Amino acid sequence: MDIVKTNSGWDRNQMAQKVALDIPDGSYVNLGIGLPELVAAYVPEGREVIYHTENGLLGMGSAPETGFEDPELINAGKKAVTAIQGACFFHHADSFAMIRGGHIDICVLGAMQVSEEGDLANWSTGEPHSIPAVGGAMDLVSGVKTIFIITQHVTKDGEPKIVGKCTYPLTGKKVVDRIYTDLAIIDVTDAGLFVKELAPGITFEYVQKNTGVSLNRYF
Amino acid sequence: MINKIFQSAADAVEDISDGSVVMISGFGEAGSPIELIHALVDRGAKNLTVVSNNTGSGNVGLAALIENRQVGKMICSFPRTANSTVFPELYRKGEIELELVPQGTLAERIRAGGAGIPAFYTPTAVDTPLSEGKEVRIFNGIRYILESAIKADFALVKCKSADRLGNLIYNKTARNFGPVMCMAAKTCIVQAREIVEQGKIDPEAVVTPGIFVTRIVEIPHPAHESQLVLENRRYPWI
Repeated sequence: MDIVKTNSGWDRNQMAQKVALDIPDGSYVNLGIGLPELVAAYVPEGREVIYHTENGLLGMGSAPETGFEDPELINAGKKAVTAIQGACFFHHADSFAMIRGGHIDICVLGAMQVSEEGDLANWSTGEPHSIPAVGGAMDLVSGVKTIFIITQHVTKDGEPKIVGKCTYPLTGKKVVDRIYTDLAIIDVTDAGLFVKELAPGITFEYVQKNTGVSLNRYF
Repeated sequence: MINKIFQSAADAVEDISDGSVVMISGFGEAGSPIELIHALVDRGAKNLTVVSNNTGSGNVGLAALIENRQVGKMICSFPRTANSTVFPELYRKGEIELELVPQGTLAERIRAGGAGIPAFYTPTAVDTPLSEGKEVRIFNGIRYILESAIKADFALVKCKSADRLGNLIYNKTARNFGPVMCMAAKTCIVQAREIVEQGKIDPEAVVTPGIFVTRIVEIPHPAHESQLVLENRRYPWI
């Protein structure tokens, strides 16, 4: 009898919540487009986190109410946002000096593939007819102190996204610190990938089966 | 007496000629100088190299300039966004060139161009396809690639307020590439929502000092690109 529930795990919001729990009070944080944006909603009460958006705003607030959108107050995903009290605006070279100069503490990004050594591929499939678009991803992974990845554990076709070596073009080499998936939280270390936490109902063996490289565990 | 004020967008872009390198401010529609771009469409200069973060959306603004076959090459970081169809189609047909640059490297290359720095080392894009062919050098054990400055013949920039000396302030996240592009172009053309009297902009609040600005045109009610795209508008207007 199979008593282990192997087909569920954390949903998108629970994944975001897990990331938010690991963001210390007082951090300056840049959230990537899409799934990473959910993280902002789950910062525990009592922690002050300042959000940076690379198009020139430190102190990004939540989305405005309908009807109050300003096309000149947007985030990196070009969606309407607000500015908190104490926010500031700046030009692109200053904004990327914050990123490239190591002033941002944590960046949360999505991934197409992450390798055993923490290489990240998240900007291009490299297919001949795709339109390559990189945005600020390469700047973020090379400049921000800590890189968290939030992603489904496998692709829509069930292929592992955590692999021995990335087959897609790299965004950066040895840049990822921790991976949050629907199945587990995994640390990237010099000694390899270490599972830190399993989602409820998920076994280490199941995570291993859905991962393209050997995993270790802390527990 | 210095007076950088021009009466119309058409007058301000009159000398942009074939083969010019043109920087265009904006991050998506925020900060995109749509009236100046449309004046450049009217002007018809061809074979332009355009430096801009994106490639426009719908069939207005930068997308209209590209659709009108005036752009031979784009230097940008993110050439596809929602409602961006003109550039991708031409690119797939091999009819427009693309130099893809990481966004921070793009901003810094432009800043360097304006600051008299010919090139600089950065760790961004090391070990990726975007570092191919670039010089690598190690400082303190870390690998960096050499990136060159970008300068332009013209910059088209949008701001909130300007005075006749060219001092500028911007609006929120519409500032983005404006200040560095003003620095990096031989001729910097600005559209401002308002031109105010000299002395009305607090010297402590000036973002772009007037020395970087060549021409100013007042456009009190600039079009909203997203609204035009929603309405399926196309430039030249039909």
